[in-house]
Amino acid sequence: MRLVGSGIPCRQMVELVTDYLEGALSWRERRRFERHIAGCDGCRAYLEQMRRTLRVLGRLDEETISPEARDALLHAFRDWRAEAR
Amino acid sequence: MRVRPLEHKPSPEADADAAFVERLRAGDEAAFMELVERYQPALVRLAQSFVPSRAVAEEVAQETWLGVLNGIDRFEGRSSLKTWIFRILVNRAKTRGERESRSVPFSSLEREDGEPAVDPDRFGADGAWSSPPRSWEGEPEARLLAGEARSVIDAEIAKLPPVQRQVITLRDVEGFGAAEVRDLLDLTDGNQRVLLHRARSRVRRALEEYLS
Repeated sequence: MRLVGSGIPCRQMVELVTDYLEGALSWRERRRFERHIAGCDGCRAYLEQMRRTLRVLGRLDEETISPEARDALLHAFRDWRAEAR
Repeated sequence: MRVRPLEHKPSPEADADAAFVERLRAGDEAAFMELVERYQPALVRLAQSFVPSRAVAEEVAQETWLGVLNGIDRFEGRSSLKTWIFRILVNRAKTRGERESRSVPFSSLEREDGEPAVDPDRFGADGAWSSPPRSWEGEPEARLLAGEARSVIDAEIAKLPPVQRQVITLRDVEGFGAAEVRDLLDLTDGNQRVLLHRARSRVRRALEEYLS
């Protein structure tokens, strides 16, 4: 029943998700992909999980620099400026 | 050789970059430290996918800043300042990774990695889900951004083969576009997508296990 309308099995859908998100599917493939998503709760949940994963990945880099590294770079900068200018 | 389109379009980023470059050339410490604060953690993170330890990654990031200072007079604005800094890091990290003898031809290994995105046991004989994923719509954003979930993701990224790790770090953590990553890592578009797909699939799977 999940094949109806798209002809793509769910097992193959999960392998197309990145191409879909990257805009790498042809117009025809994209329509088949979206038709499947519209009628399949599992694949819709999968795509949503992937989008959520990407959002979390995009928030990973909220780290700050260590004071030691900051000091080392400040000194490196001052040495560079003293030599170069 | 790929012909790079000339970027003559003025943009707010290009203007901000130009201002930074001028200040750096003038020896402005505050400008340098602002860039350091902004990019150092990301540089260390990326360097770790090329070299064997955090300590070496920190050294590579530090060398990168010296490269930035010594090369700033040659910066032409053909790429963004951020891309230019990351390119210096990638070049140094590659050299260092080879010296540290981690230079197994990973990329060729990774291309053969045909691991499916989802455990095949979760599909029936017809290829439809037998054990479908549940929706995360009810999961509060805070739970996914909490320290524990981040550790799960960090640990999964650390386990990825190096080039997969580089691609997901640049694309999804640092937010570089596909074209920039293609140039930085010298990958074809198709290869980049395959690596990104493997990496994202594994991180999603790790999060799913954590949340279940």
